[in-house]
Amino acid sequence: MTYTQIAIAMVVGVVAVDLLVLRTRLVTRRGFWVAYAIVLFFQLLTNGLLTWLRVFRYSDAVIVGNQPADDGPPPFIGEGRIVFQPFEDLLMGFSLCLLAMALWVYWGRRGVQPTPHAGPPIWRRAPGASPTGAAAAPSPHPGGSGDGQPSP
Amino acid sequence: MERLTYLAVLLFIFAGSAWLEIALRTRVFRRWKRLLLALSIPFVIFVIWDIWAIASGHWSIDPDRTVGVVLFGIIPIEELIFFLVVPIASILSLEAVRSVKGWPLGDEQPDPRGDDAGPTDAQKAQS
Repeated sequence: MTYTQIAIAMVVGVVAVDLLVLRTRLVTRRGFWVAYAIVLFFQLLTNGLLTWLRVFRYSDAVIVGNQPADDGPPPFIGEGRIVFQPFEDLLMGFSLCLLAMALWVYWGRRGVQPTPHAGPPIWRRAPGASPTGAAAAPSPHPGGSGDGQPSP
Repeated sequence: MERLTYLAVLLFIFAGSAWLEIALRTRVFRRWKRLLLALSIPFVIFVIWDIWAIASGHWSIDPDRTVGVVLFGIIPIEELIFFLVVPIASILSLEAVRSVKGWPLGDEQPDPRGDDAGPTDAQKAQS
């Protein structure tokens, strides 16, 4: 099998795991797609850099595009490349990240450390906290219990 | 210095995502048991794929731009770190979005049916 075929099969397989096996259904949730957009931006940046520097080289036989001769980097875009990297790398990155995120949600749902919950950001006061921050009522934030940190 | 190229990029990915644990209180590292469980299966699958792909000549990693620690005679240690650092960054991003936006992801409590967290934000917005 070529890298192209395996990468497509992995995306199909991991989406099936998300929808049918773990039933986390992250691909139906807005939060997942926003997080993936952030991951994708940094993948294009970092993986693109590593491919441009030719830390990674790919066999012509297994990708849609070609690996150029040693005297130059691959095209920025086109010939199966997106920001230097083979588009197959984007499929691999998607399946890697979706699988990890789905398992994270899965184990949380199964009761493995579901709390303390994420948030709020440090610049945002927890709802109900007094303006002075001192002598505030107990935080309504569900992550406040048992995490060993004072609630904001 | 050139041999640190790949490792430096991995460090950038880690540093570029780990600060979310503090700034957005993602609480991913704090929930390290859950994190290890989430990382283990993708790590095994993708490392096996990587070893097989390198052995089959699908791709190669420049030995002049890696530190030179090679496991099983084939896979640079940077690749193993990659398959830990990248999923950690993705989980941090997921929790960062939840920290800022509060959108449900399906593991919120209480969890009535075990596989459904109720109406989505879009449905709530319509009502």
